[in-house]
Amino acid sequence: MTTTSTSRPSTPVVEPILRLRGIGKEFFGNSVLRGIDLDVRPGEVHALVGENGAGKSTLMKIIAGVHRPDAGTMTLDDAPATFTSPLAAQVVGVSTVFQEFNLLPERTVAENVYLGREPRRFGLVDAARMDRDTSELLTELGLVGISPWMRVGSLSVAEQQIVEIVKAVSYDARIISMDEPTAALADQEVELLYELVRRLKERGVAILYVSHRLKEIFDLCDTITVLKDGNQVITTATADITPDQLVRTMVGREFSGYFPEKDPTTVPGEVRLALQGVGNTQVDDVTLEVRSGEIVALAGLQGSGRTEIAHGIFGIAPFSRGRVLIDGTEHTLTSARQAVRAGLALVTEDRKAEGLALGQSILANARLVLDSVTPRTSGSRARRIPGILSSLDLVARSAETEVQYLSGGNQQKVVLAKWLVTDPDVIVLDEPTRGIDVGAKRAVYDLMRELTADGVAVLLISSELPEVVAMADRILVMRDGRLAGELPAGSDEETVMSLATGAGEESAEHVAVDLSVLAEHPEALAALPGASDAAHRPGGQPADRPVQQEER
Amino acid sequence: MSTSAATARAERPRLLERITASSSWTVYALLIVVFVGILVMNPSFGEPMSLMAFVKKAAPLIILAIGQYFVIVSGEFDLSVGSLVGAQVVIAARLMDGEDSMTWPVMGIMLLFGLAVGLVNGLVTTLLKVPSFITTLGMMLVLYGAIRLWTGGAPTGALTEGFRQWGRGGLFGSPGEFQVPYALLIVVVLGVLAALLMRRPYGRTLMATGNNDVAAAFSGAPVWWVRTRAFLLSGLMATVAAVLIGGYAGVTAQVGQGLEFVAITAVVLGGVVLGGGRGSVVAAMAGALTLEALFTLFNQLSLPSTIRPAVQGVIIIAAVAYAAVPRRPRRRATAEPPSSAEPSSPVDPPSRPKEPAAT
Repeated sequence: MTTTSTSRPSTPVVEPILRLRGIGKEFFGNSVLRGIDLDVRPGEVHALVGENGAGKSTLMKIIAGVHRPDAGTMTLDDAPATFTSPLAAQVVGVSTVFQEFNLLPERTVAENVYLGREPRRFGLVDAARMDRDTSELLTELGLVGISPWMRVGSLSVAEQQIVEIVKAVSYDARIISMDEPTAALADQEVELLYELVRRLKERGVAILYVSHRLKEIFDLCDTITVLKDGNQVITTATADITPDQLVRTMVGREFSGYFPEKDPTTVPGEVRLALQGVGNTQVDDVTLEVRSGEIVALAGLQGSGRTEIAHGIFGIAPFSRGRVLIDGTEHTLTSARQAVRAGLALVTEDRKAEGLALGQSILANARLVLDSVTPRTSGSRARRIPGILSSLDLVARSAETEVQYLSGGNQQKVVLAKWLVTDPDVIVLDEPTRGIDVGAKRAVYDLMRELTADGVAVLLISSELPEVVAMADRILVMRDGRLAGELPAGSDEETVMSLATGAGEESAEHVAVDLSVLAEHPEALAALPGASDAAHRPGGQPADRPVQQEER
Repeated sequence: MSTSAATARAERPRLLERITASSSWTVYALLIVVFVGILVMNPSFGEPMSLMAFVKKAAPLIILAIGQYFVIVSGEFDLSVGSLVGAQVVIAARLMDGEDSMTWPVMGIMLLFGLAVGLVNGLVTTLLKVPSFITTLGMMLVLYGAIRLWTGGAPTGALTEGFRQWGRGGLFGSPGEFQVPYALLIVVVLGVLAALLMRRPYGRTLMATGNNDVAAAFSGAPVWWVRTRAFLLSGLMATVAAVLIGGYAGVTAQVGQGLEFVAITAVVLGGVVLGGGRGSVVAAMAGALTLEALFTLFNQLSLPSTIRPAVQGVIIIAAVAYAAVPRRPRRRATAEPPSSAEPSSPVDPPSRPKEPAAT
């Protein structure tokens, strides 16, 4: 890892307030951070960037006092610092603004800022002084639109974010970390935040800025640290790197060889799944076919109706129009149970909410479909589970381990196992590699190749364009609940993206894309100010915010 | 081989770990403590006759705990079982009216009535989406009121001898001497069946439904029917409990009152988590036995019986609070450096014998 010292005239070298040396962290045996060195200097905006699961959030939580590091040291003002809680960190001047606000919507701005440490007078809360102090803070920070007596619930998301920051400042914070502060903001609101960040910088506050949006990183930040798979790849002055280089550093993988090659002997056979003009309240007029031995990708933006297609096929939110044919026979599926009986399998998008009973063992989860749908034969069919689990390279202490203690990748393997044991004819994979590590991703890709070699029809729903382009035999692109078009294998990501966004149309302004898309097309950045992606978290951690949908 | 050595090292603390890791070990420990307490206070309690008397007294609660366990582990409640027991005893007395030939037909009616109540509870909860707390609270009041309306306030009729023998009598030997109570046999049979059922696909699906009903539904489980069957089992168990209670204690206007809370306390004491998805049926039965033993101990300490509700309240709150404490994952007896080649071994098929420990 290289540590390039900053040479810009605008940021003279100052002694760091906070130093991290060799910070490491593991969760349940999975190392998520290794050897991180970080210097946080007053008056400097330090960007923390990386792909999902790179360890940014974990590092922030260590600095915030939520997690304790397993290795390495932190020093604050040259004295060793160990924060036992977020409050302990806050008291010594290290505040964190998380994506989820800790605000009481029914209370005023002032009450929120001084929550838990209200100024008192004769034993009662001195509301006048609280309002006055808050008002002073707001003026100091140049915030004119917000008054201390406003109800927080009546403020916009951006203003609420600002209240969080004001709260941090009121603790005399010298370091403020912000976790994707613009993720939930509309473009015009972002400017408000920019201004605040600049003012904080002038006051000599050190800012750690986690973001996915390259534009604001280059607009705002002085120094950039790139994390990848828990390692620090580089720390550099912003002036010394181009957006193009930064994206390459972040993604930093060779695409060739990352995805398993298609076996040339696997050729599409009979049509296994056919949708003919299906629709419901979410999607309309969708016609598609998936053949045995074929991987058909369903690409599109968040909310374009891809998951709704999966739920429609699987009978969870059935189609009200059109026909669904499985192996040539028309089916009207109105429950997952019927879908399983018809030979379908659905690996859902949200592993924890829809895929797993987290408090049950690996084995119990892997048996769940058999137990639920074919109780008579589940005992004998379940004997194959250990073999399937080990063929997926599941890493766990024993089959009795509760799945909540597994990493995201291993949890996903349990979900896959529970469907594989049913020998499905058609398998629908909804974001199968979301939030899992590279090794597990590779296992999923290998599995898809094996399944098609065995004649299974695979419908792959994915936001990861490299995955779509590399794995699919055909790419169907959805937009606004309809099919926008079909592309052959090997189409480039730009074509998929322009079809998904309806290129040139105004809606492209609010497109949600995954960073990996930008790896190939950093020039697309300028056109995508709202670039953001769904929240992926390092393995084994709860996702701490719902998927952001940027379309309004 | 380094991996086998690591496995062996991890295997060693297994027994103690296994006992303390299951959330229900406390109930077994408590059961022993309470029994020792009773024996110290009253050594004659250990004699076969008084032990069997205790079993007869405890049997209905244990059976109710089994029924309540199914409902709780699926993520619901059944507050109607106390009223159902009361209703069943009153119905039995009224319909039999001391007529021996009526014993079996009436028991058949009771069975149907118990299942009907369970079915209504289940369908209202799962299909009409009324929270089970409200559904069964309503059922409790409906049964309570309907029975009083029907009997005009005081139960009438009489239970037959053939009916009462199930709660009072036993096998081998004559009354007054040592007998193996029918109640004990019924508890053992039902307990074994319940434990087996929880290992069957239905039991696993029930548990998964309590843990995450969305995931269960996405896996093809008919969640509504899985839960409704739990209510049916609860109604069935309440019916069996009613037969035993009627036999043991006879007909009174108060019979069954408050039993739903005693049963819930027993289940919770057994480490079964309210909200579903965790706990074993055997532990729930042990919870019922412990609770009954605790009441016996209170008797021997000459505490007034009015203290019971207070104790139950404390147990429910304490057990739920205890369950809410985050449990640490049970794993990794030894900390390995993260850089080691294999952090842990892939899952071994359970059938494969473990390699012997490297010595």
